[in-house]
Amino acid sequence: MFSQILQFMFSGVTVGATYALAALGFTLIYNASNVINFAQGEFIMLGGILTVFFFKTGLPLPVALLLAVAIPAMVGVLVEKLAIEPAKGAGVESLIIITIGASLVLRGLVQISFGKGAASFPAFSGDAPINIGGAALAPQSLWVLGTTAVVVLALWLFFNRTVAGKAILATSYDPLAAQLVGVNTQLVLLVSFALSAAIGAMGGILLTPITMTSYDVGIMLGLKGFVAAVVGGLGSGLGAVVGGLLVGIVEALTAGYVSSAYKDAVPFLLIFVILFFMPRGLFGAKTTERV
Amino acid sequence: MALLEISDLSKTFGGVLAVQNVSFSVDQGIVYSVIGPNGAGKTTLFNLITGIYTPCDGEIRLGGELVSGLAPHQLARKGMGRTFQNLQICMNMTAIENVMVGGHLSLDRNLIKSMLRFPSLRRADAVLRERAAELMVYVGLEAYLNSEASAMSYGALKRLEIARALAAKPRILFLDEPAAGFNPKETAEIDNLVRKIADSGITVVLVEHDMKMVMNISDRILVLNYGRKLTEGSARDVRDNPEVIAAYLGTAA
Amino acid sequence: MKRAHAGLLVLTAILLLLPLVLPNAFYFDIVNRMAINAVIVLGLNLLIGFAGQISLGHAGFFGIGAYASAILTTHFSWPPLAALAVGAVGAALLALAIAPPIFRLRGHYLAMATLGLGIVISIVLKNEAAYTGGPDGMSVPPLTLFGFEIYGERQWYWLFAAILLFSVWACQNLIDSPFGRALRALHGSEVASQVVGVDVARYKVAIFVLSAFFASIMGSLSAHYVGFVTPNAAEFLHSIELMTMVVVGGMASVYGSVIGAVLLTALPQALATFEGWETVAFGVILMVSMIFLPKGLVPTIAAKLGRKR
Repeated sequence: MFSQILQFMFSGVTVGATYALAALGFTLIYNASNVINFAQGEFIMLGGILTVFFFKTGLPLPVALLLAVAIPAMVGVLVEKLAIEPAKGAGVESLIIITIGASLVLRGLVQISFGKGAASFPAFSGDAPINIGGAALAPQSLWVLGTTAVVVLALWLFFNRTVAGKAILATSYDPLAAQLVGVNTQLVLLVSFALSAAIGAMGGILLTPITMTSYDVGIMLGLKGFVAAVVGGLGSGLGAVVGGLLVGIVEALTAGYVSSAYKDAVPFLLIFVILFFMPRGLFGAKTTERV
Repeated sequence: MALLEISDLSKTFGGVLAVQNVSFSVDQGIVYSVIGPNGAGKTTLFNLITGIYTPCDGEIRLGGELVSGLAPHQLARKGMGRTFQNLQICMNMTAIENVMVGGHLSLDRNLIKSMLRFPSLRRADAVLRERAAELMVYVGLEAYLNSEASAMSYGALKRLEIARALAAKPRILFLDEPAAGFNPKETAEIDNLVRKIADSGITVVLVEHDMKMVMNISDRILVLNYGRKLTEGSARDVRDNPEVIAAYLGTAA
Repeated sequence: MKRAHAGLLVLTAILLLLPLVLPNAFYFDIVNRMAINAVIVLGLNLLIGFAGQISLGHAGFFGIGAYASAILTTHFSWPPLAALAVGAVGAALLALAIAPPIFRLRGHYLAMATLGLGIVISIVLKNEAAYTGGPDGMSVPPLTLFGFEIYGERQWYWLFAAILLFSVWACQNLIDSPFGRALRALHGSEVASQVVGVDVARYKVAIFVLSAFFASIMGSLSAHYVGFVTPNAAEFLHSIELMTMVVVGGMASVYGSVIGAVLLTALPQALATFEGWETVAFGVILMVSMIFLPKGLVPTIAAKLGRKR
């Protein structure tokens, strides 16, 4: 009984960590530009897909991993340059539609280049499950959790202890004011997109040995990452992480105890609950509008 | 006879006491002004009375009826109208359509009838359009009868808001800085318009910074400072009140 | 409103003359699909373009209508019109129930909530295989209207043409009416509308329900027309396609809705063999439209020609 719960918790936390990384990506971009980047899911997908591709061409895994993080980062910059920048000043609804368009382009291009099949690459340290309290923990899960923890720590240090990080935060509070004190808000935006794409890609890479990847995994992963960000409170880094883990765990427990067919519905039902009872999320900021 | 009675109205935003225990009453048919230095809580007070904010404490009575906490569209039914300090114009519509929106409550808004183009609906709408045109002339906007709202100047839009508010046939009209950004000539024109409105029987409550206009036009004045009522009285009483002078100009060092 | 009458006459003329020009059933089929999409998009445009809201899950209502018809006529032998009515009322009731809390949200949160709605509907349709046939879908009997079976693309064409004409007429009437003005006003400034008595919340709910109703009815008819339904009818990508039609054709434009539906129904046909390219094309169109033609094709062209709508 206990080992069963533990098993579900393990898988929930593992996938939850990916949601957390996706949510962090959303939060980063939202903070820098008030844009919700619906293409975030595709960066996650790119991470996995590119790793598979490079690995299959014979490159050593570490090199493949590096490329699979760097290329999405560049794609992130491209998305900002080609989709967000030209639409400066457009309303929220417009930007949502534009980023949805960007996600379609990315997904379509991957579908054309790599086809529709699912694929994977070997787990980083083998497949032999580790037995903890009667539940099996895949070594890859440890990689997922460990890397996520490192990324979260690194981001926290970056935003709180470096000038560059503080500049980005300043831009999120008041872009004009930040510009006036010399922050290059354009650069901040590019960096945010690049960073967000890289983080998302990492999440996608880490999860692939466990769940496989294909051209369309981005939709659900991205949407669930967005749900996690909203649950935790749009704009809060801590919220993104907590939200991601929460969504992952609730999803896994639902799959185990209620119905595995409906596990995908869980994040979206969760989002209704949050939006109706706690729209600011768990850690979100309260704002009032001046009329 | 007091049309509007405010008792002990208070509003706090997160630790900021924007309005504290403000009480006053406005008799029917007069021009009542609310003045005070920037940040005194004048617009917040307006927003509280017109239902945009919910009071934390206190009561608002209109014509004897308790209306605190009602939503703006419900207050419109009770005869409350207002304009906005920072212009709230529907730029996606023409000028006259903006005014016609003001007459919204006077028309049948049934969805099915609208889709099926019932003749009675069309006739009533045509009548409203005529009335809206008359109102635009009344506020001095004849030149813009066929204009898009987006093509109008700031001053014209301020008048358009007044026309829209009048279209709702209010008993009491709240004007939030109607002369903001105006030069003396424009201010004098608005002064005349407000007088015209008050003379037609509508009670007018005004927030305004232009002291000349306020002193000229007001029957009674309420002075706010730091969210509290400083004093209330006739124009002369307020003008000569040392506390009021101190609030605006500061005390001698 | 002379221009509106002219537009309606032109549309009627086109619809009457088209059957003389279309070579075979294949082309009638495309035009039928265009008409189906056009009616859905008309309703969706009222919500997105005129009232300024957003709905990323509208295909969910289409799916409800489609499956209500499919399930009730197949498993329970209901008459098609009754099934259609149930689907439409069901979709409307769902919209009515979920709209008040949803429309208290703004911007991203509103988008997210509508998205969630569509996805949950889509998942339910996929999972309740006993009724819905699961991911592979189920077949649907033909439509019978008062004992007369509608058979073949040409017969369906007349039905769809009539529905399209009526919908265009009804939407134009709505927009020109006080109700329509209130909608546009709330898009322009919610607080200004409120202080003159517009119950903004109620209007948003009303228009959401109306557009759900339209989508469901077309879903039902589409199910009978194609003879088959799959859960793809309710999926996110279908919602995006519908939204693209609104955006491209023209937000807040009745004829824009029709044009958008026509263009973007034709596109997949043109790209039929290039699946990935179809997705890319939709994506590019969405981006380019929102960036360069934010008002959509018809309003932009109309403005350039010096007109007002």
